[in-house]
Formats: sequence, C-alpha cells, structure tokens
Amino acid sequence: MSETEAPINVYRRHFLTSIGALTASVALGGALVQRVASARAPEEAVTGKVRWGMLVNAGKCVEGCDDCVKACDEENGLKSSGRSEIDAQWIRKVTLKDKTTNRTTVLPMLCQHCTTAPCVDVCPTGASFRRIDGIVLVDKHLCIGCRYCMMACPYKARSFIHEAHSDQKSWAPRGKGTVESCTLCVHRVDRGETTTACQDACTKAGHNAILFGDMNDPNSEIAKHLATEPSTQVRGNLNLNLGVRYQGI
Amino acid sequence: MAPAFADIPKPKIPKGKGERCVEDTNVMRKNHMEFLLHQRDETVHDGIRTKKHSLKECLSCHAVHDENNMPVGIDDKRHFCNSCHAYAAVSIDCFECHQSKPDVLKVSGSSP
Repeated sequence: MSETEAPINVYRRHFLTSIGALTASVALGGALVQRVASARAPEEAVTGKVRWGMLVNAGKCVEGCDDCVKACDEENGLKSSGRSEIDAQWIRKVTLKDKTTNRTTVLPMLCQHCTTAPCVDVCPTGASFRRIDGIVLVDKHLCIGCRYCMMACPYKARSFIHEAHSDQKSWAPRGKGTVESCTLCVHRVDRGETTTACQDACTKAGHNAILFGDMNDPNSEIAKHLATEPSTQVRGNLNLNLGVRYQGI
Repeated sequence: MAPAFADIPKPKIPKGKGERCVEDTNVMRKNHMEFLLHQRDETVHDGIRTKKHSLKECLSCHAVHDENNMPVGIDDKRHFCNSCHAYAAVSIDCFECHQSKPDVLKVSGSSP
C-alpha cells in the first residue's frame, strides 16, 4: 500500500463486514438461524416478544395413555407420597363425554398459562405471576400457601404440597406449604430448548398430540398450525387469552 | 499470653473447589445471602440464569463428600452450609425446596 493512499474507510469496512455476516447467516440455512434467534444468553432477561404456548390435539390423544403425565412427574421430580389425594399433579388426563352422542374425548389438562390469569389476580403476596414471555409461575419464595390461586383457577391446574420433600430436581425446587403447577418446562426454555417433557413423551409414543412453541413467531410450527387450523380455548368465555390451545374438542 | 477467646472452638469450614470463590472470602461470609437473594429474583422473574451467584454453583464447588465419595445433603452435619450455620445457630430455609446436593447423575438428558 502506498503512503499516498487514503486511510481505510471505516464505514466502508463496517459495511463490508456486515454484508459478509449476512451472507454467512443466509448460507447457514433457515433452521439454524431460527434456532439462534430464539436462544437467549444466560444473562439476558426474558422478553415479551416471545409467547410460549402449547397446542394440544385431542384427536390424537390416546385413551389409556399417560406418558405425558409420567414424563412430567419424572422431569420435575413429582413423586407419589402413597396418598394419591395429596399428590401434586401438573398435568392430568381428562375424559369428556357428550351425553347426547356418547362421543368421548380424552385430553391432557394442565395450567393454561392465561394472559390475564385469575391466579395472579388473587395472589395476596405477588408469588403467583406471569413471566413476560407468557409462562405463569409461582415464586415459591413469596408463596405463603394460602391456596387462593387454587380456588381461582378455572382449570384446577394447581397443587398444594402437603408434606416435606427431599431430593428434588435441582432445576425444579419444590417444598411443603407452597403451591405449584406446570412451568412449561421453564428450565428447558431457559436453556434454549424448544420442547417440553410432555411433548417429548407424546412424540416418542408416536401420538404427536402436544406441540410447544413460540406463538408470536410466525415461522414456528405452533403459530403456523394456529394460523391455519381451528383451535379452541377451554372456557373461552372467560376471555383469559390462553397459552394452551386445543384442537378436536 | 494467648488472646482472649482463643480457646473457643471455631467452625471447621470445608475448602471449596478451585483457587478462589466468586467474591473475596470476607465479602462472601458477610454478604452471600444478599447475592443469593438478588440472583433468585432475577432468575425466577426474568429467567436470568448466570452462574456466578447461583445457589447451584455454590453447591457444585462447595460439595462435601462422604466416605463413598458421594456428596452429602443438608441433613448431614458435614454439609458446607451446615458447617457454619449450625455453629452460628442460624437456620436456613433454602433446602426446604432446593436440592442440597450438586447434580451428579444427569437424568434423561435434562442436565440443568
């Protein structure tokens, strides 16, 4: 380079660098780009751009199968106390029967992750809250175990822990005197994973009735299904804008 | 002459893994509960899962192992937290809900 040549134009250099980066990311393919876009750094807070949700196809849910329930129990360390009436249930199988036609429908029922959640409304301590990315959780540090949320929930989705626990999963702290419910596998979400334990189990069983994803991302599987196929919100008349939607009911 | 109180037993605090803790020892002794409190709110409400002040990381470095080389739980008086909390007679609630041992076995591909 001769001494008389103009110094490097930093703007031009930045432009060229960004063109290079863009080309590289396009070349990597859509799937990878999408994956990177949804992954969040550990120090990054959740944002409202994402809304985690679930689509359950009751038509594909099989009677007698409780793989999703077992997978949830295993994933989150829910163990039976030997007294089923006090055992926590984050997801349960429900059978509906139309008395006129005798048609039965089975489906998994779980926390519906409402936008305007009644459990959040009634909580006196602020323990029950909706994370900005749509996941309704209990901050057990603040929970006093009053169980107002359990009474307010139209879906009977919450459980109270009656007895002392030990050997919890490190990613799912649970203790006596607090209320809990489905977390949409928030520990997996925060690791950048894109499936829940129940979905994995359902897929493994070959039923494919459960689909988890970002309802706000038009390119996600769940958003595509929701945009093109009919789906139902259970007790839609309550106008709670649910994060869990059903098909075939 | 020996200084006063020299014969008072001191807590036996097990040494953690690695060269040093995430903060100076004196800072940790005095403020570890503040760090944990701050971290817990960020984690639960904002999904921030940095490791520096997380309870899980405390447990992973400060695990005390038994004769079978398995980490001891909070019900064991040798547990790192117990070594001082029992001495100071300050009860801790963390492990009413949280696992008190580091993850040894990874369950169904769900490493934390």
